[in-house]
Amino acid sequence: MSLNQIFDIAGSAMSAQSIRLNTTSSNMANAETASSSTGETYRARKPIFAAVQAGLMDGGREPGSLFSDRLESRGVRVDGIVESQAELTRRYQPEHPMADQEGYVFYPNVNVVEEMADMMSASRNFQTNVEVMNTAKTMMQRIMTLGQ
Amino acid sequence: MTINFNNALGIHEQALQTRVQRAEVLANNLANADTPGFKARDIDFRAVLNEAQGQNQGGTLQASRSHARHLSMGQGGANAPELLYRNPDQPSIDGNTVDSQREMAAYTRNAMDFQSSFQFLNSRFKGLVKAIKGE
Repeated sequence: MSLNQIFDIAGSAMSAQSIRLNTTSSNMANAETASSSTGETYRARKPIFAAVQAGLMDGGREPGSLFSDRLESRGVRVDGIVESQAELTRRYQPEHPMADQEGYVFYPNVNVVEEMADMMSASRNFQTNVEVMNTAKTMMQRIMTLGQ
Repeated sequence: MTINFNNALGIHEQALQTRVQRAEVLANNLANADTPGFKARDIDFRAVLNEAQGQNQGGTLQASRSHARHLSMGQGGANAPELLYRNPDQPSIDGNTVDSQREMAAYTRNAMDFQSSFQFLNSRFKGLVKAIKGE
């Protein structure tokens, strides 16, 4: 019964969304981390989502499926985490202990407003997937009572 | 007179199976709501159910297969229903066509339809049990 698959699919999405929440919180925490050179400065991190490519090598369709082609993706995975290449903020603060020779301090390229929106989107999607899993659980419990 | 399960259970067995598979497709859409370039999929319920009934009654043409790698004719033939792509109201800039609200509504409705299919199937079984016991 492919109801089991729903748990894997929703679970993969929940894990991906929690990684996204993790990067967001890391970005927020380091939003004001100063440094004296561009190389050392923290850059905003973003996860890259990709659909899980399932069973492309097996070919044909899975036993018991009614479709002529199989569902080519089964959930979502995090392909990697990339650092934003947006320009770093450079502030003139000669009294700052991290200031370079010219008196500039570098701040990360984290956009706090963008991160907040990202966080809300991630938590909403997490909730949706919890809901999906819950509904699948109810459906499975109904199956258990068949014939009673 | 013997009890034929196919006749006794009717369409509800296939309907339940199709509902479960649709739930899987919709759950996959929801999981990929933030995946760039992902296209939302869905099934044509009527077409899939028709196909399932055809298989059940042996209505489709079956070819003999002498090797495991041979293509089967009835199953997975050109006439078998396919997973379709949803027409997006407004695709996002990254090419994703999943509308979370729409998918959630479809998923919930599918779960409700699953419940009713289940209810029908269950009452068929109850009827059979009653007939066997002769109550």
